[in-house]
Amino acid sequence: MTHEAASLDTFPKYLLLNADRFGDLPAMRHKDFGIWQSWTWKEQLDEVRAFALGLEAMGVGHGTKVAVVGANRPRLYWSIAALQSLRAIPVPVYADAVADEMAYVLDHAGVVMAIVQDQEQVDKVMACAERIPALGMLIYDEPRGLRDYDHSRLKSFEDVQKTGRGLLAADSRAARRWEEGVRAASGGDVSIMLYTSGTTGRSKGVMIRSGPAVAATRDTVEFDRLTEKDSVLAYLPLAWVGDHYLNYAQGYVSGFCVNCPESQETVAQDLREIAPTFYFAPPRIFESLLTMVTIRMEDASRVKQRLFATFVAHARKYGEAILEGRPVPLAARLFYRLGELMVYGPLKNVLGMSNIRVSYTAGEAIGEDLFSFFRSLGINLKQLYGQTEAFLYVTAQEDGKVRADAVGPAAPNVDIRISDGGEVLFRSPGMFTGYYLDDEKTREVLTDEGYIRTGDAGFFDKDGQLRIIDRAKDVGRLDSGALFAPKYIENALKFYPNIKEVVAFGDGRGFCGAFINIDLTAVGNWAERNNISYASYQELAGLPQVYEMIGRHVDETNLKLSREPMMAGAQVRRFLILHKELDADDGELTRTQKVRRGFIAERYAPLIEALYDGSREKFVETEVTYEDGRKGRIRATVRIADARVYEAAGETSHREAAE
Amino acid sequence: MNAHVDQRGMAIARDDAIAPGEVLLSVKNVSLAFGGVKAISDISFDIRKGEIRAIIGPNGAGKTSMLNVINGFYTPQQGTIVFRGVERRAMKPHHAVRQGIARTFQNVALFKGMSTLDNIMAGRSTLMKRNIGWQMLWHGPALAEEIEHRKAVEEIIDFLEIQHIRRTPVGRLPYGLQKRVELGRALAMEPTLLLLDEPMAGMNLEEKEDMSRFILDVNRQRGTTVALIEHDIGVVMDLSDRVVVLDYGKKIADGTPDEVKNDRAVIDAYLGVSH
Repeated sequence: MTHEAASLDTFPKYLLLNADRFGDLPAMRHKDFGIWQSWTWKEQLDEVRAFALGLEAMGVGHGTKVAVVGANRPRLYWSIAALQSLRAIPVPVYADAVADEMAYVLDHAGVVMAIVQDQEQVDKVMACAERIPALGMLIYDEPRGLRDYDHSRLKSFEDVQKTGRGLLAADSRAARRWEEGVRAASGGDVSIMLYTSGTTGRSKGVMIRSGPAVAATRDTVEFDRLTEKDSVLAYLPLAWVGDHYLNYAQGYVSGFCVNCPESQETVAQDLREIAPTFYFAPPRIFESLLTMVTIRMEDASRVKQRLFATFVAHARKYGEAILEGRPVPLAARLFYRLGELMVYGPLKNVLGMSNIRVSYTAGEAIGEDLFSFFRSLGINLKQLYGQTEAFLYVTAQEDGKVRADAVGPAAPNVDIRISDGGEVLFRSPGMFTGYYLDDEKTREVLTDEGYIRTGDAGFFDKDGQLRIIDRAKDVGRLDSGALFAPKYIENALKFYPNIKEVVAFGDGRGFCGAFINIDLTAVGNWAERNNISYASYQELAGLPQVYEMIGRHVDETNLKLSREPMMAGAQVRRFLILHKELDADDGELTRTQKVRRGFIAERYAPLIEALYDGSREKFVETEVTYEDGRKGRIRATVRIADARVYEAAGETSHREAAE
Repeated sequence: MNAHVDQRGMAIARDDAIAPGEVLLSVKNVSLAFGGVKAISDISFDIRKGEIRAIIGPNGAGKTSMLNVINGFYTPQQGTIVFRGVERRAMKPHHAVRQGIARTFQNVALFKGMSTLDNIMAGRSTLMKRNIGWQMLWHGPALAEEIEHRKAVEEIIDFLEIQHIRRTPVGRLPYGLQKRVELGRALAMEPTLLLLDEPMAGMNLEEKEDMSRFILDVNRQRGTTVALIEHDIGVVMDLSDRVVVLDYGKKIADGTPDEVKNDRAVIDAYLGVSH
């Protein structure tokens, strides 16, 4: 980078720079009326400037907080830049938040204005307007359906821009003055306030200053060698740190083109048309893609199925080695080329992954099989680990040093420590300055040395990659002193398609036991193919053949656990298949389908007891809530099975690594 | 960004001298019989510009026949129809289209093998000015015209929020979406008067809500006059400005939803009376 990095400490400064250095290259695209409309960096500067001047005329200035609510639309991204150029603070809010949550965030942040996408958001904000006393004007992007609304508090994005353009035309120095304002801004200002999604209690406003934000972004842009030639599809929620960082921040720093999809439903098609070079998706998206491919292949002709099976098997064997540049026999290499022509290329094309140079996944554990499937096709899929408080990156895997079970070494200039309790702590260039109006929570999260507590338990593996095993508060120890990380064990089992949900027990007990929920679709399908009849979930779950099958999965998992020094102590010794599916209606899962451990332990206390007292079976009676709210009881005799436990391997190497 | 749609595209409804609120179409003493069966007898009512007019009635009341009379598919034996101040008796459906009357059908009548886009494009065919020679050449003026039409169609696609099925053959779409595509095709004709024959038949609650919103939007934003037949009385009462009720081919009530709801004859026709 030829420009003095130190002076570039805000995103609007990058806007000016990019309009200068990449003036005619596309900065933003949006599919509208079936056509990709695009804006160059020069045009983007023009749009942002006009809007910023319009906002200024409405009284927006240094420190003014303005909410931004909606989907990934160019105008909302421009709003963020325009606000930052006036040293105001954009507060993106989740567009799908219910009115109550939205009111809390808008009020807590003290926003005086909101820039929203459409009628839906206007309605939502208006509905709780009296709970947000500070809120004044609303600016909307799409006028549809808003014609008959009272416009005393409403203004269209276009009108604001018109005001700005009017000012530019009337005063030749207006543009210069705005630019000077941008250049004079300091990196110490709050660049953005990102509210956490609030899965654990109330949302907290994470304040990120612009100097650190730009520094962190510059590190990762260099790390993945992102340039103005790259492109991304912006489809993640605008208010999420991932979207703001990966699309907005990295876009401004590297100058790549951000493409906004036509609508949420067209993302898959838009992805295919754009074929981005940088792509992020959570594991469940990769999972659904693979499922889609598998299902469609089952409907394909026999020849195609054979072709697919042959080449995918070959890719599984050599694909990752070729991707990482490891030595591969010439014949295998040539056959892979053929596969690229016949299967991998067309498949990647359909998935919109033809041009991917760097791709990340994060958020939860990803199955080994799933991960390597995409990598074997030649897609450079890697893992990262991040947090809103870090302005995303904490760790990231380097090209060529990628594994499914770890999240990589510390990202550039990030300092990671593991606390005595096993919790991951970090200090990073982009880290937050605190939660807005919540010093107590800020103090809870920051250590005395200025590290941030992630709340996740993890450890560094032999090759220096961080492995996250569970939430720190859930990690316990067996009587033997062996580490017990329930989620780690549960995830290992849940990677089997037949297993839908697992709850592991073991903290303060002699060994690890598990409740298992089978996947009705997968196991039901298997039963059908094997002429096994069943009438209900309960009956299927109790079949000896099903126990046998799940037993094999547990056995394999134990073998895998035994090879991991940290985990070997907590292999599953006894398990049972629950007689009912865990259900959010019964309070056993959260609405986001996460297991509520405490509740389950209480509800199924007799079963847990049976796991540990050595009984072969146990009669239970459970209350269930039907979808219409009626309650009923189901009774069952649940069988408890034993699983084989393997000798721990590599005990010595673990000690070395821990030194 | 639908920003420009509102200003440009929504002013599509054709210019005519009739001001909103004045009579756009009036049906005077119309009777229609098939052989000895009298489908409609001596019915008169009017549709005012800019309103949503509902035609309701029990099965076999003659609602669809009425709609077919209005759009020229049936020619009544007696009575007259005055549309935009012009009286007419016999005419063909395509004349009705040219005059600005479009309709959807009780059973979806789309080209199943064609994509959503092509189906809606088909709705533009009567508006295409270049002759078939030019169209086949598909160059110069014909291409420019095609682009104009495509623009109009894209605005409708955006309006009805069906971007994601633009290229999907309509035969593969769920019923609710097919109905929406059919509405799109009718809108593509840029009608002054839009006739909807049971637009919500067979839909679930959510689809009905969506469709209601689209009908209201069509009416409010595009200024299109709507006449609809519907069985869901709740929907009718919420949507329409005025309701005409038919029973056994006769008009038994005509007025605002409230008036009609409390009309003795209507209650009797719908709930039946003990004799």
